[in-house]
Amino acid sequence: MARICLKQELNPTVTLMEVEAPLIARKALPGQFIILRVDERGERIPLTIADYDREQGRVTIIFQKVGHTTQLLSEMEVGEEIRDFVGPLGLPTEIPEGTKRACIIGGGVGCAIAYPQAKALHAQGVEVDVIAGFRSQELVILQEEFRAVSDHFFLMTDDGSAGEQGLVTQKLQERIDAGVGYDLVIAIGPIPMMKFVCKGTKPYGIKTLVSLNPLMIDGTGMCGCCRVTVGGQVRFACVDGPDFDGHQVDFEELMLRNGTYQAQEEQARTDHICRIERLGQQLIP
Amino acid sequence: MANMRLDKVPVREQEPQLRNKNFSEVCLGYTKEEAMEEAERCLGCKDRPCVMGCPVNVPIPDFIAKVAAGDFEGAYEIISEANALPCISGRVCPQESQCEARCVRGIKGEPVAIGRLERFVADWYREQRHETIQKPTGRGSRVAVIGSGPAGLTCASELARRGHAVTVFEAFHMAGGVLVYGIPEFRLPKAIVSDEVKRLEELGVELRLNTVVGRTVTVDELLEEGYRAVFVGTGAGLPIFMGIPGESLAGVYSANEYLTRINLMKGYLPDYDTPLPDSKAVAVVGGGNVAMDAARCAKRMGAQKVYLIYRRGEEEMPARREEIHHAKEEGIVFCLLTNPVEILGDEKGRVRQIKCVRMELGQPDESGRRSPKAVEGSDFLLDVDAVIMALGTSPNPLIRSTTPGLEANRRGCLVVNEDTLATSREEIFAGGDAVTGAATVILAMGAGKRAAQAMDEYLKEMK
Repeated sequence: MARICLKQELNPTVTLMEVEAPLIARKALPGQFIILRVDERGERIPLTIADYDREQGRVTIIFQKVGHTTQLLSEMEVGEEIRDFVGPLGLPTEIPEGTKRACIIGGGVGCAIAYPQAKALHAQGVEVDVIAGFRSQELVILQEEFRAVSDHFFLMTDDGSAGEQGLVTQKLQERIDAGVGYDLVIAIGPIPMMKFVCKGTKPYGIKTLVSLNPLMIDGTGMCGCCRVTVGGQVRFACVDGPDFDGHQVDFEELMLRNGTYQAQEEQARTDHICRIERLGQQLIP
Repeated sequence: MANMRLDKVPVREQEPQLRNKNFSEVCLGYTKEEAMEEAERCLGCKDRPCVMGCPVNVPIPDFIAKVAAGDFEGAYEIISEANALPCISGRVCPQESQCEARCVRGIKGEPVAIGRLERFVADWYREQRHETIQKPTGRGSRVAVIGSGPAGLTCASELARRGHAVTVFEAFHMAGGVLVYGIPEFRLPKAIVSDEVKRLEELGVELRLNTVVGRTVTVDELLEEGYRAVFVGTGAGLPIFMGIPGESLAGVYSANEYLTRINLMKGYLPDYDTPLPDSKAVAVVGGGNVAMDAARCAKRMGAQKVYLIYRRGEEEMPARREEIHHAKEEGIVFCLLTNPVEILGDEKGRVRQIKCVRMELGQPDESGRRSPKAVEGSDFLLDVDAVIMALGTSPNPLIRSTTPGLEANRRGCLVVNEDTLATSREEIFAGGDAVTGAATVILAMGAGKRAAQAMDEYLKEMK
């Protein structure tokens, strides 16, 4: 059981929670994740650790309501307990030695995971640029936090309602063209975004790390559900990752595999919303 | 005078065409009368070959004599001295290659149904038992057991009975290991496993769920915290895939994943959130018990066609005979001497077909089994929408890679002293699949028991 100590809606679809998990907080490092189960009948889902406070024994998670379980989680309140909360899982991010100039790219809720990376690199004295992309202004998260841990911060929106209009990949290209010599790019966000960032950095030979989010059950290597093809080899994201060399990842395959339960997910979501609406109708005669 | 009928007293089972649509237990077990009748078949041999065939040395003729006399409590006492989990082993042990393989009655006719009798006694006791166990009061040491599968549960129980303060660490949200994530409800009801776990807690064993040793806490940190010895019973680990094209298509599962979704995550019950494929035709690849479990689960989940694809013949299948027999009865189609070479997908990356070749058996290989060879030009296609790979597992590196000085062999299995199960680090012991690679529940239980004895001695010496 892990008690929710703080809950904050970062935007209409993204929620931040601080959760009491002293053993995990003691060990967590940037890049690692937890697996949680909301209740007795719930699924196990992985979420990357967005931050941790070793003294207070708390772990921060940031998630978007994308499916049934994240919907249920977002309905939980401070003081309630998450049934199962296990971690820290996966390998911490390995920053190549001698990194001097890094560009951290976050897309949407992926910014939640990009943030601790930027923070850690900045603290190590690396010059950090952050490019954060969102669909529109009301979805922007962690703007101030990113500014505090970066040397240059670029906010991009698809519709131009905040920051500059355009894609993160355009901004990255612009920076590279302007002669900024990045020796590391970390890209975390939707699969297509990561794929195109990797395409953009490959010709320049810039080391590019991505954090993958495949389907997962146990998180300890036992089920093989999270397998991804990296450099032609089958790897398990839960024990060999979740970070991988982006130039080696088969993103097409990852995208297809992540769609395995789309139909069931859609059904679970509709059923849940129908139940809530039915409940609402009973309460309001 | 012994009962000289040649065959075993038949046991009641759910009808095949009924049971392949539900998850209730297949075998219904003996009644008192049936058990007593079958027990009469035991000749009570002096040299007790059956006991030699039992990995935990249950005094088989002794307990059977008690059953024949109607003293079921006495029978239970005899079994439980040697075997901490008889409800479980009575159901899942491969008796035909162990105790029953050595039974003199098997020379002419069928051996005594030792497994069914063990199960009967254990179930009888489980129904009768009302008392709570007396917590042993000892001034033992703090001991950590990693993994709550058959090895860990047995080791914890034996150590607790010797008065040690035992903590069991489990990575999942539920204790039981393979008994809850792997073996399906219809073969081993989960209520039995949770009863055994409850009994362990009554013995004073503390359970720490959701704790991944090697990640949440390391073995050395446990030792620093004050645990005096550690038992590693972490099981078999990482699923093996074939390495053929198409294995990463949506709809290809490891048996571990498929079974975990159904058993541990209760995917077969409508009120659980676990998603499962709605498959019409399923191919299961492999010939062991896990393959049988996966195939029989797929049938129960509503697949109209379930193919079991195995590259050798039925004789060579490592599965228990009973599972093979049950699977056939339930309508699983056996494709023997057949090997997959490719899995084909549709435009959305979902499984559509599996391409196989016919095999023929050549000379016996190092395992003594005849090695199969592909027949050229024999490939054919099967229409399927899910493929389940049940090809075994390789050891999980999590503990090995985070515990300095812990020796493993080339295959990644922990190296132990065969008698004491001590590893290369004197305070760390190990047993079960983590040491042997994928094997049986009873072998893991035997290892847990032997390790507990050695650990007890080690702890006494250290005092």
